[in-house]
Amino acid sequence: MRSPSSLTRSAAVMAQEVTDVLGAIVVRGVVKAFGSGDVWTPALKGIDFSAAEGELHLVVGPSGCGKTTLLSVVAGTLDWDQGEVSVFGAAFNEMPRGKVTAFRRQNIGFIFQQFNLIPTLTLIENVSVPLLLNGMGRQAAESKALEWLVKVGLEGSGLKRPSQLSGGQQQRVAIARALVHEPRLLICDEPTSALDSTTGHQIMELLAAVARAPGRCVIIVTHDPRTYSYADRMTLMEDGRVIEVKSGEVLRTFVGATH
Amino acid sequence: MYLIALKMLLGDRAKYFMLVGGLTFSSLLMTQQNGVFQGLLSWTTSHMRNMRASIWVVESRVEQVNETKALRDTDLNRVRSVEGVDFAVPLFQGVMKARAPDGSDKQVQLIGLHGGTLFGRPTAMLEGDISQLRVANSVVVDELAADPSRLGAGLGRRLRLGDTFEINDREARVVGICRTDRHFFGYPYVFTSYDQAIQYAPRQRKMLSMILAEPKAGLSAEEVARRISTETGMKAYTVPEFERSTIDWVWRNTGIPSSFMTTIILGFLVGVAVCGQTFYSFVLENLKNLGALKAMGASNGLLAGMLLLQAMTVGVIGFGMGLGLTAVFGIIGAQKGSLPFKMVPLHLLQSFGAVLIICVLAALFGIRKVARLEPAIVFRG
Repeated sequence: MRSPSSLTRSAAVMAQEVTDVLGAIVVRGVVKAFGSGDVWTPALKGIDFSAAEGELHLVVGPSGCGKTTLLSVVAGTLDWDQGEVSVFGAAFNEMPRGKVTAFRRQNIGFIFQQFNLIPTLTLIENVSVPLLLNGMGRQAAESKALEWLVKVGLEGSGLKRPSQLSGGQQQRVAIARALVHEPRLLICDEPTSALDSTTGHQIMELLAAVARAPGRCVIIVTHDPRTYSYADRMTLMEDGRVIEVKSGEVLRTFVGATH
Repeated sequence: MYLIALKMLLGDRAKYFMLVGGLTFSSLLMTQQNGVFQGLLSWTTSHMRNMRASIWVVESRVEQVNETKALRDTDLNRVRSVEGVDFAVPLFQGVMKARAPDGSDKQVQLIGLHGGTLFGRPTAMLEGDISQLRVANSVVVDELAADPSRLGAGLGRRLRLGDTFEINDREARVVGICRTDRHFFGYPYVFTSYDQAIQYAPRQRKMLSMILAEPKAGLSAEEVARRISTETGMKAYTVPEFERSTIDWVWRNTGIPSSFMTTIILGFLVGVAVCGQTFYSFVLENLKNLGALKAMGASNGLLAGMLLLQAMTVGVIGFGMGLGLTAVFGIIGAQKGSLPFKMVPLHLLQSFGAVLIICVLAALFGIRKVARLEPAIVFRG
């Protein structure tokens, strides 16, 4: 059910103020539970969250704290029970499902933990999928896909299949696929968890560059402390709630101290 | 995206071959069994194709062309006297025992044609002269009868012109060899004159099996047949009526249709089971990919279309291969002449429709799964 929140909280007011200033992503009072009866499990307990344009925003917390659920709600891939979600001004709770799907198709790019590249397709075909979904012709889509493969350092590999690549290379393909249709919001689920240290840093640098582009926002759910230094802000979650929001300066100080 | 769907399908070789294999087998069962059934049905009416009369007059209780209830000799003149009948001739038909040169008995379908006109004679004479049937004790046999396994037994070769065998202890001399459509019961045809046929056959009070008639120019066979039935009390069939009546009789009185239908239905069910299961497992294995597509903005309609295309593609390929194998069976059968087989375009279309239904059912299992799929599945490890 996507009904407007009837809750009145100071956090919601604060989120509105943040949105007014920064725009981009606003989540207010979102409640999401799975199951029913004895197996009813609340995953998000009236959460407030915001991310600004030009921001690389990390969402961290222990397993089961609701990070992925929050990410799914922001992406419009999961219905929620209560609260409001707005992405670049599009109020998901006021939009029919079909419009949310269309919005997602045009404005959101995804990078998954397991890459989720289609194994039977070539890299060019994999990267061209979002363009094809948006109605672009096959030749034009593959041409643009090839450009993006070059941008992520995979020139000459377009006709390979994902299984012929290393984990880092596959994640680069996933990034190319996520960005090829130039979405405003990039949602990443553990993008570095399957990668070695060097590749992980390369990927984070790439994502940070994307986040700095005008009108863009990158949200990353992660457990990986190597990514902290790239963040502009970090939301810490625990037990379905936001417990703290840290700024980039604080994070970099923290990372510096631990190193 | 539909090309992507095909590449996803073709990329999973094992599933692809299993799907095509299942549908090929299913199509083969359905089309081949249907072909054999249609072939058998066509054999039931082979008399009509071999003798080609427009009107067949029989005893009023006769329902099918292979059935004989003898008429009185005077019935022939009663038919001839009906207004609109151009001419009518007697026909004898009966299953006789013939003795091959090696002394073995073989069943034959003896046909006695009107000696004056030889109306109803076989169309394709391969050797000899049909008019020689007017000579006493002469017969024309079909290719099957001439075979060394039939009346050629003991000769070590096919029957030739001038060879003799016996029908009920009377000599029959071969004056011609013809080609016929196979008889439903598998008996070879032996043609002779009507007068000779009743000499060969055991004597009975009534010997006239049927009367073949033709309408006068400008009159339809239906109209004249109706008049004959009304005025004589006998049953007069046109060719389409007699074919329909014969086939109806087979449907009502034999287990042949039900046994073939059972196999055809089994073929359909095998197709549904194999393809449904394989395609569903293909969808399950691709669930993460389909979830990713859904997360990226693919609508349920688009994904359903992709799954339908995949299912239809294997359906068309499987049907094509099944049809090809059926055609090979049919060609081999046609060459040997011993297998009943007939491909009817309408029935091929029906088989193709059945294969498409199998594919749609198989796809529906997957579509149902994908429609309920939360795209958020891709975020769960």
